[in-house]
Amino acid sequence: MPLTIGVPREVFAGEKRVATVPDVVEKLIKLGFKVAIESGAGEGANFSDDVYRAAGGEIVEGAATLWASSDIVFKVRGPNSDEVGLLREGGTLLSFIWPAQNPELLQQLAAKKATVLAIDSLPRTLSRAQKMDALTSQAGVAGYRAVIEAANAFGRFFNGQITAAGKVPPAKVFIAGAGVAGLSAIGTAANLGAIVRANDTRAEVADQVVSLGGEFVKVDYEEEGSGGGGYAKVMSEGFQKAQRDMYAKQAKEVDIIITTALIPGKPAPKLITAEMVKSMKPGSVIVDMAAEQGGNCELTEPGQAVVKHGVTIIGYTDLVSRLARQSSTLYATNLFRLAEELCKTKDGVIDVNMEDDAIRGLTVVKEGNISWPPPKPAAPPPAAAKPAAVAAAPAAKKGHGHGGSSEPMAGNKLAVIFGVAAVLFWLVGAHAPAAFLGHFTVFVLACFVGYMVVWNVKPALHTPLMSVTNAISSIIAIGALVQIAPPLVGSVPRPEEWIRWLAIGGIVLATINMFGGFAVTQRMLAMFRK
Amino acid sequence: MSGSLATVSYIGATILFILCLGGLSNQETSRRGNLYGMIGMAIAVVATVFGPQVTAAGLPWIIGAMAVGGAIGVYLARTVQMTQMPELVAFMHSMVGLAAMLVGFASYIDPAVGDSLGHAEKLIHEVEIYLGVLIGAVTLSGSVIAFGKLSGKIGGKPVLLPGRHLMNLAGLLIVIYFGREFLNAPTIAAGMTPMIVMTVIALLFGVHMVMAIGGADMPVVVSMLNSYSGWAAAATGFMLNNDLLIVTGALVGSSGAILSYIMCQAMNRQFLSVIAGGFGGDSAKPKAVAGASTEPVGEVTPILAAETAELLREAKNVVIVPGYGMAVAQAQHTVFEITKVLREKGVNVRFGIHPVAGRMPGHMNVLLAEAKVPYDIVFEMDELNDDFPTTDVAIIIGANDIVNPAAQEDPSSPIAGMPVLEVWKAKTSVVMKRSMASGYAGVDNPLFYKDNNRMLFGDAKKMLDEVLIALKS
Repeated sequence: MPLTIGVPREVFAGEKRVATVPDVVEKLIKLGFKVAIESGAGEGANFSDDVYRAAGGEIVEGAATLWASSDIVFKVRGPNSDEVGLLREGGTLLSFIWPAQNPELLQQLAAKKATVLAIDSLPRTLSRAQKMDALTSQAGVAGYRAVIEAANAFGRFFNGQITAAGKVPPAKVFIAGAGVAGLSAIGTAANLGAIVRANDTRAEVADQVVSLGGEFVKVDYEEEGSGGGGYAKVMSEGFQKAQRDMYAKQAKEVDIIITTALIPGKPAPKLITAEMVKSMKPGSVIVDMAAEQGGNCELTEPGQAVVKHGVTIIGYTDLVSRLARQSSTLYATNLFRLAEELCKTKDGVIDVNMEDDAIRGLTVVKEGNISWPPPKPAAPPPAAAKPAAVAAAPAAKKGHGHGGSSEPMAGNKLAVIFGVAAVLFWLVGAHAPAAFLGHFTVFVLACFVGYMVVWNVKPALHTPLMSVTNAISSIIAIGALVQIAPPLVGSVPRPEEWIRWLAIGGIVLATINMFGGFAVTQRMLAMFRK
Repeated sequence: MSGSLATVSYIGATILFILCLGGLSNQETSRRGNLYGMIGMAIAVVATVFGPQVTAAGLPWIIGAMAVGGAIGVYLARTVQMTQMPELVAFMHSMVGLAAMLVGFASYIDPAVGDSLGHAEKLIHEVEIYLGVLIGAVTLSGSVIAFGKLSGKIGGKPVLLPGRHLMNLAGLLIVIYFGREFLNAPTIAAGMTPMIVMTVIALLFGVHMVMAIGGADMPVVVSMLNSYSGWAAAATGFMLNNDLLIVTGALVGSSGAILSYIMCQAMNRQFLSVIAGGFGGDSAKPKAVAGASTEPVGEVTPILAAETAELLREAKNVVIVPGYGMAVAQAQHTVFEITKVLREKGVNVRFGIHPVAGRMPGHMNVLLAEAKVPYDIVFEMDELNDDFPTTDVAIIIGANDIVNPAAQEDPSSPIAGMPVLEVWKAKTSVVMKRSMASGYAGVDNPLFYKDNNRMLFGDAKKMLDEVLIALKS
């Protein structure tokens, strides 16, 4: 029995996006689903009912009918309480939910025994999940649109030109926060010909900024700001002070500032003070992409474009919606990829497999049970691979100890070894005289000390290790030394000459080793430098 | 100096030796570690010379002998090329082996020692002498052959005599038989014959063992001989009732054993099969039999030095994988020059070192250090392997088996399962090689035929020089 996917019209004011587009409707049908679209759902994004119908979708009049007839609902914005009321008991919902910010919504959905997959809760560090990452696709659109809005409000060219009418300097754009939106803005602004600078608390994005044609501006303070799941974290006081200084300096120099700084579950950090706005050149533009979370600029008015101190401050909260056709297409594809993951059998039936990391992360309510937050995903991979972080983080821990010693041996193998050792020790104990046992104890303990110490030697230092152990093994000289002229106890005739020459030979050989070994080790170690 | 004072000094020396090895756990503390070693050695020697077991009559001899030995040692250490380190180390092992032998003989012919002991103690003492000389002799001849192989005086290919395992076994039985004879000998003169027979057999065994081991297994051999020289010292310590010798010998012995183990791990081989000799054992040519099917096919794409420079200039991430070929060609300085130029351009250059690259453990690290490459851009295989997909260019200088994808892709390959540097995952890999000849393992390398691989044929030094010139222009 194939399930029906329902796509209602978005009811949030100003929301023009739609959760699926005709191209994707076709693909969903190939997966075995039936697709129902509320009449007029695609209007804001320029998709008419006819196109949906042509793609194989069924057009349903009225939200109530649609919700009632759908097993699975695809939405963009999280449902409002009316919509939750319309949701079928035990139905499935795929949309943005923001569970951390909307706990009541979760409760309401749970009361409906619904299964809810919050596309915003996707574990973003999973590379397999990238195709479903709607946050990324939507942020990319927003970043692009932010530059377009800025260009619209900015009274000059972006690119520098030398024309018959005179020289035009290129616009300077500063982008705060090099997340997906920031990077998209960097690329777009750079393509328009502007000089682009960008900053982020996460040092590892510097390469990405540069790769898109931007210039990475460092904050003059050492701290790594990578939090969980590709987001930044709140930084220390000292860092924030240094960052403010940097922003103040940039504000004086640049024409356009685009801010994208968001911290999950917290109000947006105030990066641009009124003071900084005042210091900007008249005609400058600020696009505050964090306006919905309170804004990165103190003077931002969410949803509005205002002019203050001669600076246009754009605080639109619907940047994505302003490019509805593009963002809808991308979002619809993300949802389609998710549908593929849910319906591996391609028979129009979904299976919410909680063993799957990606799906586990997405599922915030499973059949009426709130399953958010998911168990902690693995910490972000240490940035050791990135050159910038290598300098900061002491990489010394790695490669130490070699792992070999820490892995426990298989139990039975260990038992055999212990058994053999026990027999050997018994033999020694039963037959050897006491004097020998003293030496034997020393010997066994020394083997263990050697074992413990040598495992800690870095592989890079194995050659010096060999030459130094070599030098040390010339301790055998002592054996020769005590033979050369021992105090004689008995009166037994002793082949003096023979012993002496053998011993002298031993001493010469051992001292070659002793001096040579230490000297060459010294020479080698002196070469190792940072 | 009293006996107790000497003993206390020995304890001090022991601690210093342990600190010495401990100091090598990283580059910053390693120099101090070496210093500890020297101090420990000085204390041990001084305490012995002025201790109760040496009379003043011996002093001139001792001073003379040490002056000669010291001068030779320092001269060798000063003049040795860093690329010749493996040879020097092997040479030094043979010194320890020979010294252990001499001390053993001297101890045996000294009646003063034997007479003061009871029956059981005398027996143990003689077993110790016998074993000490045995280990010393194997170390000596094995190291001499290793030295010959490493310095190219003897061919690197394994020499596999027919029935070599039987020969070794026979040797062992003879040694045991003569050991009995030796212990039952009524006089020293009578014991001398079995002793000498055993020594000869032990020497032959050492020669035979190392002759049968191929060039790529040399790191294992060198570290194994390192271990033997330690055991030889420990055996001498038992012989002379000297705890300092026992401790030091055990430290060195276990250090060498661990190194051998690490090297074997890095080649995914059993220690015994390395020692038993020959790559792949008796069925040394399984590939020829098993398979034309596994033979890599395709075209190799050659590249010129100038094009390589072009690749490097456009790259953001470069990984250089050096092998024994770099040591042979003495190319490490040019490599560093290139690294410097690239780093100035903002290219992220790193070095990837396979544990068995070169002819002894850590060989490549020493060469790069000699060329002044900062050690914080030199990484181990495990640290770097995950980064190859984001690497633009991987340059392989005179290495073969350690970058062979067959180890992962072809279960029938003789090197299957050996951990390798995954250079083929880089966007482009450039292999510098003199010709298409296979590596020491005798395995063809499918890497050469990969689409994203380029071959830069020629002497590594000469080619790198050309790359450097092209980069600078």
